Amino acid sequence: MMKPKELLLAPIFKNNPIALQILGICSALAVTSSLRVTLVMCVALTLVTAFSNLFVSMVRNHIPNNIRIIVQMTIIASLVIVVDQVLKAYLYEISKQLSVFVGLIVTNCIVMGRAEAFAMKHPPLPSFLDGIGNGLGYSAILIGLATIRELFGSGTLLGYEVLRLASNGGWYVPNGMLLLPPSAFFLIGLFIWVIRTYHKEQVETVEYPMAPNTQDLSAERAPATH
Amino acid sequence: MANNDTIKKTVTVTLLLCLVCSIIVSSAAVLLKPLQIANQALDAKRNVLAVAGLMEPGQSVEDLFAARVTARVVDLNTGEFTDAVDPAAYDQRRAARDSQLSRRLSRDDDLARINRREDYSVVYLVEEEGRLQTVILPVRGFGLWSTLHGFLALKADGRTVQGLGFYEHGETPGLGGEVDNPQWRAQWTGKQVFDADGEVAIQVLKGRVDPQSPKARYQVDGLSGATLTTRGVQNLLHFWLGEQGYGPFLDRLHEGEA
Repeated sequence: MMKPKELLLAPIFKNNPIALQILGICSALAVTSSLRVTLVMCVALTLVTAFSNLFVSMVRNHIPNNIRIIVQMTIIASLVIVVDQVLKAYLYEISKQLSVFVGLIVTNCIVMGRAEAFAMKHPPLPSFLDGIGNGLGYSAILIGLATIRELFGSGTLLGYEVLRLASNGGWYVPNGMLLLPPSAFFLIGLFIWVIRTYHKEQVETVEYPMAPNTQDLSAERAPATH
Repeated sequence: MANNDTIKKTVTVTLLLCLVCSIIVSSAAVLLKPLQIANQALDAKRNVLAVAGLMEPGQSVEDLFAARVTARVVDLNTGEFTDAVDPAAYDQRRAARDSQLSRRLSRDDDLARINRREDYSVVYLVEEEGRLQTVILPVRGFGLWSTLHGFLALKADGRTVQGLGFYEHGETPGLGGEVDNPQWRAQWTGKQVFDADGEVAIQVLKGRVDPQSPKARYQVDGLSGATLTTRGVQNLLHFWLGEQGYGPFLDRLHEGEA
């Protein structure tokens, strides 16, 4: 049994859903061009993951095995609709910017993955904490991405001008590339690199080692290291 | 642990789960509806102001709207102002679905792919010292995935674009969704919608406008990766500026009769 603290904190660096499990990349690319939108998305995803884990775990002993995925999906989808409705009522502007991505939390692999892998086998409270933890892990990466992308892409943070733009009489020429979704790929790659430099156990063993670049392959066949 | 895989248990769990989830979802939808409608109304006002270039930071949308903008109703069949309906109480979207208040469009007429067109439309007028400055027309039409709802603001001549903006659409973010891009929207200002013969001439190109071309005053750059959405935008403008839309009203405006 894992300790509550470990459940909450392990997913942030040690077992990060984006950087290690490589889940939830789609929304990580799509919503991170502005920090404010990203924060709302993070809160939404954390709440959905936590409560879907909680509810799935509460009914886990009654879920028939052959329809368990459908049951999980129904619970997740209901939560997502509620979150979407609340955003439309209280944060209308942001919900317009998030557009389809709140709805797409349903298909976010993190939520589904935690419900299936953790909540089906553990009691409600640890499941809830695991949901929060994974939400935080997702948030940590997204907030990092959004900070870099908004700061260097538009020269602002949370909408406030930090680097004065050349077009407004300042000195900073924004990097438009950072506002486009592919830039998040490069940044996620860099994050994974940094995390794996500190947590070397995350580096996978090479499945197919590359042959050395020599004439005589048979004599020098490299033995699989690691 | 009891066997959960019997048919009886499966059906019971499914029914209970569906019941609980549907109650939660529908009560959230019903309880939050009034707030959402209020948000949409405020957003529509904000968009009217934005498309006319009247937004001022720090000013409340409600105050600005009340001070600068007058809503009037136009009879789209005759092109004249009418008092047949109260602009504040008129629900144009509902009217467009009501067979008493709208008319089915034939396939050839229905450029914007909206099926029905309402008889009355609310237009917004911005006046300064008694003289008309801007007229803001609600427009809508189908893009790639969704109906785009927006406003077209024309200068008092009824010919020159002041601005175009969509406040509701479901186009692909990053591609068709770029109709919201401020840089793309800024291009519309100053474009002419009618040519010298009074035909609708405004065009969204595929690619960039050649500034040397004599037609450049009627043309706007396309959005890359969003051909169908921009074609939808062009079609909906052609529809709403044409005979079936605000054409008669704009002619009267142009001749100074409205």
